[in-house]
Amino acid sequence: MKTQLGRSTWEFSKVRILSSAVAVGPLEGQGPLANDFDIIHEDLYIGQDTWEKAERKLFEEALDLSIKKAGLTKDQINLMIAGDLLNQIISASFTATYSQIPYLGVYGACSTSMEALALSAALIEGDFADYIVSGCSSHNSTAEKQYRYPTEYGGQKPPYAQWTVTGSGVAIVGKGLVGPRVKYATIGKIVDMGLKDPFDMGSAMAPAAVDTIVQHFKDTGRNPEDYDLIVTGDLASVGYPIAKKLLLEQGYDMSTVYNDCGLMIYSPNQEVFAGGSGCASSAVVTYGHIMKKLNQKEFNKVLVVATGALLSPISYQQGESIPCIAHAVAIENEED
Amino acid sequence: MQQSTGETRKQNEKRRQYQQMAMKMRPKPPVLINSFKAFVVGGLISVLGQAIQNIYIRFFDFSKEHAGNPTVATLIFISVLLTGLGVYDKIGQFAGAGSAVPVTGFANSIASAAIEHRSEGLVLGVGGNMFKLAGSVIVFGVVAAFIIALIKTLIKMV
Repeated sequence: MKTQLGRSTWEFSKVRILSSAVAVGPLEGQGPLANDFDIIHEDLYIGQDTWEKAERKLFEEALDLSIKKAGLTKDQINLMIAGDLLNQIISASFTATYSQIPYLGVYGACSTSMEALALSAALIEGDFADYIVSGCSSHNSTAEKQYRYPTEYGGQKPPYAQWTVTGSGVAIVGKGLVGPRVKYATIGKIVDMGLKDPFDMGSAMAPAAVDTIVQHFKDTGRNPEDYDLIVTGDLASVGYPIAKKLLLEQGYDMSTVYNDCGLMIYSPNQEVFAGGSGCASSAVVTYGHIMKKLNQKEFNKVLVVATGALLSPISYQQGESIPCIAHAVAIENEED
Repeated sequence: MQQSTGETRKQNEKRRQYQQMAMKMRPKPPVLINSFKAFVVGGLISVLGQAIQNIYIRFFDFSKEHAGNPTVATLIFISVLLTGLGVYDKIGQFAGAGSAVPVTGFANSIASAAIEHRSEGLVLGVGGNMFKLAGSVIVFGVVAAFIIALIKTLIKMV
């Protein structure tokens, strides 16, 4: 069977998400999706002595729980595909030290969640593995420290800034009899519209999300109405309306099915500026909230479009614009 | 070659249009309100400084010239304490330049970097990163002072 559709979509016939688990920090636990998260920590340090260890702890907890939920043990998992936002993706790699599962590290900034899931699904489809654990993490304070200023620094942020989600989302991908299917993955290309403000990721990433969504519709012949929900990863209140507008200009009316993980994870009265960001934004919403709704058959077809801004503190200080990318994965229940 | 320059021009035009549209759609920082908040908070910090200075003059027998140093030290102490307690960044988000420009903002930039990098050790972490933000203030402060002093000296010579 041909598994490539159009220019950049992969079609899968035997890949399922067998289980998923999510661990989050305090602010996410106070948000509207709190009931969908498996582990909620009241303490941003998660009982550790550094922010970096705290992020790793979240990752380890989500990993352990997802494996347990699938009824598997670590030595039955053939591969771990994971990433995060920190330099040299230390959270994922140190978690792989802990898990002792054969490991491939990936980096796609905030698009890492779906990049890892797409690769996992492809390797399962190609019979290279029976079970793959796929996930990512981010932590508000480690991200602030690396990309912006010290956490206690009193600089003023503009209203279009975003709040990096503290959490980790992990899924077990494999062949099996239960769980929603991974049906399609559309791999995005870099879109750089020349935006340079590192606080304004929403405007920078919206065109990349649109590019991938349009490519997905073209490759699969689907339309927005074919989905119960289409979510972008972290465009938040600035990028979300822009993406909606651009899609409408291209003839896709998204008004009834479209939402954004960065808007879903926090309530409007939480002080998070324009909304959530970070690889955990799409990961915890997908692997917590959306997976729950899929398993309850409340949703049957969902397209998750994780959006990533591939900048570094050096690249923007050198005046370079922000290259952006988005990867889409369609997750759906089998039709009866 | 001709065609590719045409392509690039078209691409640049598309980018320019998008940037304009994005600028229009994103929320503007409320400059007037922010300026007012900065004015009030900056003023309050200065009033606090004046009060501390008066206390040093009145109760600790400092002369007006010498009361400045302990006053600044006290303000720095308060700022560092508030930074450590996790309060100063919240004041900063509210007040902007109002809490960044006074000496308390300078102290916050040093203390916050020191706290942040404590986990990387005392020498390379705290020592190496403390002036990460404050460093440029010092560098350009010294350069500006040098230029002003030079101008003053030249004017005096004439």
